[in-house]
Amino acid sequence: MKYDLVVIGGGPAGMAAALKAKEEGVEKIVILERDVRLGGILNQCIHTGFGLHYFKEELSGPEYAQRFAKQVAETDIDVMLDTMVIDIDDDNNVTAMNNRDGLIKIEATAIILAMGCRERPRGALFMAGTRPSGVMTAGTAQKYVNMDGYMPGKKIVILGSGDIGLIMARRMTLEGAEVKMVCEIMPYSGGLTRNIVQCLNDFNIPLYLSTTVIATHGRERLEGVTIAKVDERLNPIPGTEEYVECDTLMLSVGLIPENELTKDAGISIDRITRGAVVDELRATEKKGVFACGNVLQVHDLVDFVTLESYLAGKGAAKYIKNPAAFDDAVYVKTTTGNGVGYIVPQRVNIKTDEDVKLYFRVRQVYKNARVILEVDGETVSNKKKIKLAPGEMEDVTIPKEIIEKMTDKSEISVRVEA
Amino acid sequence: MTKQMYCVACPLGCFITVEYDDTGILNVTGNTCKRGIDYARTEMTNPTRSLTSTIRVIGGKRAVIPCKSHEPLPKNMMFDCMKEINKARVKAPAKIGDVLIPDILGTGIDIVATDNCD
Repeated sequence: MKYDLVVIGGGPAGMAAALKAKEEGVEKIVILERDVRLGGILNQCIHTGFGLHYFKEELSGPEYAQRFAKQVAETDIDVMLDTMVIDIDDDNNVTAMNNRDGLIKIEATAIILAMGCRERPRGALFMAGTRPSGVMTAGTAQKYVNMDGYMPGKKIVILGSGDIGLIMARRMTLEGAEVKMVCEIMPYSGGLTRNIVQCLNDFNIPLYLSTTVIATHGRERLEGVTIAKVDERLNPIPGTEEYVECDTLMLSVGLIPENELTKDAGISIDRITRGAVVDELRATEKKGVFACGNVLQVHDLVDFVTLESYLAGKGAAKYIKNPAAFDDAVYVKTTTGNGVGYIVPQRVNIKTDEDVKLYFRVRQVYKNARVILEVDGETVSNKKKIKLAPGEMEDVTIPKEIIEKMTDKSEISVRVEA
Repeated sequence: MTKQMYCVACPLGCFITVEYDDTGILNVTGNTCKRGIDYARTEMTNPTRSLTSTIRVIGGKRAVIPCKSHEPLPKNMMFDCMKEINKARVKAPAKIGDVLIPDILGTGIDIVATDNCD
């Protein structure tokens, strides 16, 4: 099999990237999706709040996904469902498998990585105690309730106040479960304010900050957990332990881009984002391979995933039309200055003829701070921000007129001034 | 008198201050957009929330189909509405936008499907 573009993953990122590439004139495109339908994790996110930026409407996850799935169906983009990609070789040949066709080899001119992310599991936490049933990630619980139609428990403790945890606190409460508390190890919540209000405050569910679960109890089924306060270094404080009876512990403790394929293909990974190192077109360091969506960096909103994926789709189309042009690229790294945790893209091809937007996250919460973009020591922009928080992605733009004047020795940096 | 609240109209989550007296709302500050004023007004008089859930499917490829209230429902009716939603059954197939429960509990608000189901 031969395709101009193979898109790995049929969630919001993969669909948007494929659609954009099609629009840009790429002929043969295939989306490989391991689930039985397109849409990815959006299919189980039945709450609303998706699409406010992109569609200017408040949609549920499935509604947002189906708008793109419908567009895909209206094109000649091929979709292979129930299909798992297992390898990308040096020449961009993709090996996949499913139970209809067996092992499939696809020769690809370009590849877009859009595999999304996975929840951090219990094994990633240092938690003492037994290993009974009833301990699961919030996303797993969400699938049980919203897709399979059954309740995974009655008395629930949620660890982690990320948005999925908060959404599940409300969902379980509405379905008749007792959500006893949400524990958050950090001194602030990682979730959106609207979710604290609508999902916890509305139902009088307490949120305990600087608190974590240190042990699970119960032989067959979870019977309870021990919670404790933590100090500034996030270590449990002796004497603050408390036993909480529950039959279910839901974990909402972070998301990790799912980059096994990327790593196996020898593509460099950013230590902080845990996604590939990319340029402004979302091209990785491997020729013809692009990445977008949550596999590249965990986004706050699916709307931003869509926009990033359009960039990758456009980039891949550009590559397919003229791969040789990519050999002449001159890259300049983007450098994180004071207070900035990471920047995507990690490098910029200074031969680009467009403005380049740099997306970044700050390391801590700031009030009335300034975001400063510098190129070769000169301030390009200096913007006041009322609030900056690690939970909200920020962006700054380098105008093309500035990029035109850059050389391979140039330096780009973003920093925060408190 | 003043009351403070977080607007939940969008992910921004503005911290709003409402000044009011017996005659009604005098002033709203802290909002970024017009929706913040609307939110403050309903929150002071009749707080409403969007409700999303699932309804059991009969004869379909999946156990449940997701649904939402077409408009926000009165906040104090959430649990009563959930009872109706849990009683309801939907025959497959159904598609996005189909009315699954018309005029739930006389609120004038429909519960509609938010996904397709064969």
